[in-house]
Amino acid sequence: MNRSQMKLKWTIWVLSVLLLLACLLSLNVGVVAISPAEVFQMLTGNGTEQQALVLFEIRLPSMVLALLVGTAMAISGAILQSITRNELADPGILGINTGAGLAVVIYIAFSQTATGSLSASGALILPFFAFFGALLTAVLITVLAWKRGFHSIRLILVGIGINAGLSAILITLQLRLSPQDFMEAMVWLCGDLWATQWQYVRTLSSWLVLLIPYTLYKAHTLNILNLGSQVATGLGIRSNREYLILIVLAVAMSGLGVAAGGGIAFLGLIAPHIARRIVGPRHQAMLPPAALLGSLILLLSDTIGKNLLSPTELPAGMVVSMVSAPYFIFLLMKTK
Amino acid sequence: MLRNHVQQTMGAAGRRARTGWILLVGIIGILLALAVSLVYGTKDLQLSTVWQALFAYDPDIKAHQIVQDIRFPRSLAAALIGAYLALSGAIMQALTRNPLAEPSLLGVSHGAAFALVVTIAFVPDISIVGATVSSMTGAGLAVLFVFVLASASNGNVTPVKLSLAGIATGMFLSSLTSSIALHFDVSKEMGFWYAGGLANMDWRAVKVLAVAGLFGILIVTALARALTLLHLGADVTKGLGIHVQAVKTLAVLAVLLLTGSSVAVSGAIGFVGLVVPHISRMLVGLNYRFSLPVSAVLGSLLLVLADVGARMINPPFETPVGVVTALIGVPFFLYLVRNEKGRTA
Repeated sequence: MNRSQMKLKWTIWVLSVLLLLACLLSLNVGVVAISPAEVFQMLTGNGTEQQALVLFEIRLPSMVLALLVGTAMAISGAILQSITRNELADPGILGINTGAGLAVVIYIAFSQTATGSLSASGALILPFFAFFGALLTAVLITVLAWKRGFHSIRLILVGIGINAGLSAILITLQLRLSPQDFMEAMVWLCGDLWATQWQYVRTLSSWLVLLIPYTLYKAHTLNILNLGSQVATGLGIRSNREYLILIVLAVAMSGLGVAAGGGIAFLGLIAPHIARRIVGPRHQAMLPPAALLGSLILLLSDTIGKNLLSPTELPAGMVVSMVSAPYFIFLLMKTK
Repeated sequence: MLRNHVQQTMGAAGRRARTGWILLVGIIGILLALAVSLVYGTKDLQLSTVWQALFAYDPDIKAHQIVQDIRFPRSLAAALIGAYLALSGAIMQALTRNPLAEPSLLGVSHGAAFALVVTIAFVPDISIVGATVSSMTGAGLAVLFVFVLASASNGNVTPVKLSLAGIATGMFLSSLTSSIALHFDVSKEMGFWYAGGLANMDWRAVKVLAVAGLFGILIVTALARALTLLHLGADVTKGLGIHVQAVKTLAVLAVLLLTGSSVAVSGAIGFVGLVVPHISRMLVGLNYRFSLPVSAVLGSLLLVLADVGARMINPPFETPVGVVTALIGVPFFLYLVRNEKGRTA
């Protein structure tokens, strides 16, 4: 086993242990504190009914959700960064999150029921709206950025423009909502990991089980596309076609992530980036640590957001932005 | 490109005449737009009534009150803000030599919002002047931050880099803003502010704008020639014996005053500063002595019309004017991105 493989193995081990600790932490803290010993007891089938309810119906699904959304966002970001050949690409910056958010707010604004809020029936349809919003936005960006093939910088700038336009429409609609809905929509847009019920967790995980292995299968293509479309064509890759496939893949994952987690920006940016710094740019090596990092960061942010300013619950996405934006700016200053 | 074509085919005298004509037509346009803006509203007034309200004010007539207290300050504020934003955009584009530089894309409004929410959260009963000063400071600090970032970073500051710096700064500040707003329960107030509105303009706002604008425009006037040279590149500027650092500092100060006061009274109104300077340069060329006045006039005209549009789209409700300008500006932005060869790369 050579050095880089050793390093990869170690990285994955260390991250897994950290992730496990973060999981325990997130299960423990909260309005109802449950100690690690009690968690263990309950997993073996003992414990009070109230604790079991908190643990199995609230904390556990929300923990799993954070793990899944973190993974989806990190891998989606990794793909976007490779195909745009820009380390600073991220679904949040490109406007994909805003597109999903707009779809959700349109749904809330035009389906106002008697209760006028994100009620139970809405909660089933909401993810679909978010997903199609993300998809439509990505199609729009791709179409507008296409000019005799892809150009990575044009793609990012078009994304920024679309993001600005969609935000303008979004805010208009938001202002027409009732104050309560406005708050709900705002919290959602900031990424509050709202879909904390087992049914969503199951749906999300079944999609990811399909999409993640396919991404790993495409790792080689990603490596080559990262060298630039001319090199890729020279090496026998039909680059525009592969671009399209991979964009669909990236959008599918960020769309799913946004649908279940809300607009979480920067996560797709920093997780792959840190992973690349540790284990190098090869996608076969880089994708697994990136996924672990994404989960870890999101889970910690979620735990911090829920407990820092208690009783106010800060959406996890906000915490992620506050922590990652400075890192992003640091990266920006270093890139040529 | 049209811009180069204009510069090649016209002598200085021709450009001066052309600028004069454009300014004349533009000012007449503004006056007409102001008239429409005063007449049109939830309650349509006769032009003669408006005239009387302005020049023979009778406080007992309701229509006169509407004109004097609501519509006139609002229209004036729109005209001023439009001019200020266009000037700020032109200055930023010269300073950064960057076609996509624009106040709202550089995190300015987020800076102002952040300062404002902090102020509201900790001093709930703050006066309107206090709130204005605080959001002006916030806007100023955000611009300053993005500029410092741009000048301190490695390599060239490409358009994409500057835009990303602005976005990241904006996102960072807006998460802080939202957290504070959530914790202190002032979210919706902030939402209105973010959308950019001219609905609540009064004479105080116009006064703030007038004072800040006076100083800002004085600085801009003094800098016009230096800005043209800056746009051509720092090497040229040094060769001609201009103190680059002094010019830049003064220019940033002008941006702070102009954008800061606009953002403070009206919230985030985007894309005026992007679109207008480009159009002005296409019309009269790169020379800022000509393009700055044209930018100011066209900016005014655009925002007054956008404000009328904002009232007409969905009456009796008002669409935030920032949305109208974004709907005009985003396609323009995309056009620039698709057509700038080499410079954006």
